[in-house]
Amino acid sequence: MKIVALCGAGIGTSEILRVNAVRALDRLGLDADVSASDVANVAVAAAGAQVILTSPELVGSIGRTNADIVVIQNYFDLDEIAAKLEAAIG
Amino acid sequence: MTFSIPPLDQLPDPAIALHATAADWRSAIRAVAAALTASGCSEPSYGDRMIALVEEYGPYIVIAPGLAMAHARPGPDVTAPGIVVVTLAEPVTFGHAYNDPVSVILGLAATEADQHVAAVASLANLFNDESLIPALAAATSRDEVRRLLGAAHPQSGEDS
Repeated sequence: MKIVALCGAGIGTSEILRVNAVRALDRLGLDADVSASDVANVAVAAAGAQVILTSPELVGSIGRTNADIVVIQNYFDLDEIAAKLEAAIG
Repeated sequence: MTFSIPPLDQLPDPAIALHATAADWRSAIRAVAAALTASGCSEPSYGDRMIALVEEYGPYIVIAPGLAMAHARPGPDVTAPGIVVVTLAEPVTFGHAYNDPVSVILGLAATEADQHVAAVASLANLFNDESLIPALAAATSRDEVRRLLGAAHPQSGEDS
């Protein structure tokens, strides 16, 4: 399973989201390849991905994708991230 | 290459600005840019690029209630990697759907895309404690900020 955490610049916020997504997946007992990317490279980075994790503001920039887009409000809230990931892939 | 962002509980004085006055989010990001410049991490134009990122993509840098992480891509105006912490005298709104108003802003400068990762992972550890943002906003000394940022340490292994 492939999951991409997405932000505008590819540094910083997407990495925080990636780290906390890995933790949330651990908690769910799920295994996935989680990477961080930026909007400019989303088409390549998210090729074959099941899930794109991102913020509400970036959804409109993603374009066409077969991945489920999961919107995270609080990047540090493991309960929110785990619940939304479980709903998308569990 | 040696990783050169200092541990968060050893941030130098210029990297911490307390109760900065900012009329709006652009002014708040300028305060972050000033701290990065004072820390020897970037030239003032980096502030313009941090603002431009929000203008292009929206206020997605507001990643938790009350907390923004200002940053831009690596570039010639970044002279050294670094992290700064700015707290605001009065919170400002970025126009985020859920996480406004913002009272604490982290500023991140990276000289290449992957250099910041260890420091960012330690930020993720710290801010999983939801009491940290209001505690930082209320801090009255740089030592208090350093103490709060030293409260958690990166876990060993892959983020388990």
